[in-house]
Amino acid sequence: MKSLIAIVTFTVTTVAFAQNVTLIRDATILTVSHGKIEHGSILIRGTKIAAVGPNDQITAPADAQIVNASGKFVLPGIVDTHSHTAIEGSVNEISLPNTGMVRIRDVVNNEDIDAYRELAGGTTTALMLHGSANSIGGQSQIAKWKWGRPASEWIVEDAPRTIKFALGENPKSSNFRPPAGIPLQYPSTRMGVEEVIRKSFLDARDYMAKWDEYDARKKRGENPIPPRRDLLMEEMADILRGNVDVHSHCYRSDEIMMLLSLSDELGFKIRELQHVLEGYKVAREIAAHGVGGGTFIDWWGYKAEAYDAIPYNVALMERAGVLTSVNSDSDELARRLNLDAAKAMKYGGLTEEEALKLCTLNPATQLRLDKRIGSIDVGKDADLAIWNGHPFSTYSRVDTTFIEGQIYFDRQRDLRLRQELAKEKADRLKKEADEAAKEKKEKTPEDKND
Amino acid sequence: MTKRLALALAFTCAPLLAQSVILNNSGKKPTVAIRNSTIYPVTSAPIANGTIVFANGVITAIGTNVAIPSGATVIDGAGLSVYPGLIDSGSQVGLTEVSSVAGTNDTSELGDLNPNARAEVAVNPHSNLIPVTRVNGITTVIAEPEGGIISGQSALIQLSGWTPKEMVLKAPVAMHIHFPRLRTVSFDEQPQDEEAEKEAKKNYSNQVDKLRDILRDAQAYSKAAAARAKDTTVRRFDRDVILEALVPVVEGREPVIVHASLARDIKAAIKFADEFKLKMILADAEEVAQVIPDLKSRNIPVILGPILALPPHEDDPYDLIFTNAKTLYDNGIRFAIQSSDSHNARNLPYHAATCAAFGLPKDVALKSITIFPAEIFGIADRIGSLEVGKIANVIVTNGDPLEIVTQVKKVFIGGEDIPMDTYQTLLYEKFLKRP
Repeated sequence: MKSLIAIVTFTVTTVAFAQNVTLIRDATILTVSHGKIEHGSILIRGTKIAAVGPNDQITAPADAQIVNASGKFVLPGIVDTHSHTAIEGSVNEISLPNTGMVRIRDVVNNEDIDAYRELAGGTTTALMLHGSANSIGGQSQIAKWKWGRPASEWIVEDAPRTIKFALGENPKSSNFRPPAGIPLQYPSTRMGVEEVIRKSFLDARDYMAKWDEYDARKKRGENPIPPRRDLLMEEMADILRGNVDVHSHCYRSDEIMMLLSLSDELGFKIRELQHVLEGYKVAREIAAHGVGGGTFIDWWGYKAEAYDAIPYNVALMERAGVLTSVNSDSDELARRLNLDAAKAMKYGGLTEEEALKLCTLNPATQLRLDKRIGSIDVGKDADLAIWNGHPFSTYSRVDTTFIEGQIYFDRQRDLRLRQELAKEKADRLKKEADEAAKEKKEKTPEDKND
Repeated sequence: MTKRLALALAFTCAPLLAQSVILNNSGKKPTVAIRNSTIYPVTSAPIANGTIVFANGVITAIGTNVAIPSGATVIDGAGLSVYPGLIDSGSQVGLTEVSSVAGTNDTSELGDLNPNARAEVAVNPHSNLIPVTRVNGITTVIAEPEGGIISGQSALIQLSGWTPKEMVLKAPVAMHIHFPRLRTVSFDEQPQDEEAEKEAKKNYSNQVDKLRDILRDAQAYSKAAAARAKDTTVRRFDRDVILEALVPVVEGREPVIVHASLARDIKAAIKFADEFKLKMILADAEEVAQVIPDLKSRNIPVILGPILALPPHEDDPYDLIFTNAKTLYDNGIRFAIQSSDSHNARNLPYHAATCAAFGLPKDVALKSITIFPAEIFGIADRIGSLEVGKIANVIVTNGDPLEIVTQVKKVFIGGEDIPMDTYQTLLYEKFLKRP
């Protein structure tokens, strides 16, 4: 089946690649960065947004592909800072408390149909994360869902390096037990989780000291034996050097405070607290540390540590000055983060403008990609989706999704291709049945001869 | 909230809360009149500038020219809309508190065959999930057991009451059978080897046999009971609570909600229901579009949901689940929508709205969580719409309840004015005030 999908999607993108200048005309443009433009146009040139403004101010060259979007809405591509989509195999390298050496970029699966389904919900960029089975899970990857393109093209090469930490019930294995014969793994308390992270950084400091010493001796003209390279320690050291952004899974306010204190003490920077369902209890402390929060709007009660999760978390964190986003942790939810953002208007009364940022510009900023994505501005990547209604309406759906000026989802094309797929499937099944029948027929006389 | 409403509420709420009475209690329910609002009865056209009156927990008048009884609490509904309470056709509300904590879960009994498990005896009226659900306009839910093959019997409960008994509108509603699933592909949809496929088929037919055996036993039990009821000289036999629970099912008196998702399983389930002449309601039904004639010829209603779910196969259309409701509607098959959720059963209206985003008329989407479930569960004479004589499950909103940005301003369940605070709003207020 995968091959069928590959064939179909290849057709999608080869058509798309022929165009390089596109004008989206007469839409309500939700720029996110500078308000709403009614009857506005967006000119895309190559991979970038070349112009945006009211219809009469935007002119298109003669060769431009015109997309009439009258009555429709354009929203920047949705950015999901918590995705497990398109990761081949298990997301947890579960074998050690700290597996910070393993990399998502090695296992990007560009045939995961959920990436396409997310495009159909207007989502274009994601932070692909390890699971939360260990205190430090591994190196994450920022990617764009360029369905039909090679996995290497999904990776945003110039994006910041990122790593996943995890606190609370999951890294302490509260809700699952290893199969019989496999021993329990340290840690099993929040004390142990803190210690795993602390020790990893202390080890990294020793590792850095060893290399510093080696470099110094070499500089002095000595001929020292180099320390043994350690991929985990190199990563931990790079976090301390500020070269890797930490995105940490967390729930309870006490563990959030633990990590903030640890970061102060050991001198590493946390970019984003993930889930952070009790973030509202310590919002001012999070804000004071300049740390972002990516949360679920209304999931709660699925674990003890999620029992105090409230849908007002977003509003309380935002109001306290925390850069806040809504993210998915789910192939399903990742298709409708627009609606989760809308819920922040319902619960806690964010304005539409604030709420729109929750799934676009704020997550882009958390990923430190806000210069490239997250809003509809000249010079930014042309990552956007055309909606048939306001993206905060439950009755709306996506018509077309662009990444870097190319169409990666188009509803009309999808409807057409599914007919072709159905026909291809039926033809293949018929062919198989015919061949089987033929084979049977041919065999019969031979059997008689035997 | 409009200033006028705020004022009206300030005057009306205090006395209401003071005399707040309980559903199904013999106590008097307040007389309430909501005027100047747009009323959506669901079973008839919307009424602009209408008034709705309810007393003793029952709707007594609706219209544009309605006399407001003396002593009634009057709510000025200018700019607001009035709808019937929403009904979730399948949830675990009341049966669970923290999903990962076994001690708080009463949804799944041990073993495969538990027809005698009854949801209404395990509903916790003081669960924090109940207020969280109802303040978004869901006044009534099916609380259903899950797990095994015969999971037990569900209850239709009002989301208000001091005891389980006060909450129950109808119990049992139906027997829940999770029809055995035949899986001949692995978890990631790769074909299995011959051995594994053989094993899967064997397990499947063992499970179906198990189900068939117990229903045959129940038929025999029913016959024996009937015989002894007629003639006491027929040999006495010991009561069997498990078979007894199945007697109304095999006698066609109690509906069976058969959970099946893939076309192959649905077809097998229908064939099975034919064999035992079950009064079948199909639930889950992800591939329902492939079995339309089978459903139509038997007039089998369908409970769809969760709608906000991924399609079962990787080569399915991305909107497969979203379009099922439209397909059923276009084919004249009765259906309702469930959240299939517990903590977020409050999102039921958005499951219905998503069907409308993909072709179902909006008013039908609303019906799929109001009058349609009431009809399917045989309780349309009491709930599911705003009509004189029906239970006053009434919600007041500032817009379409299927839109997320709409606020539910007030909820009445059985005429009782429901407080709008929840465990979550209390936490919100507490931390809003953090010094």
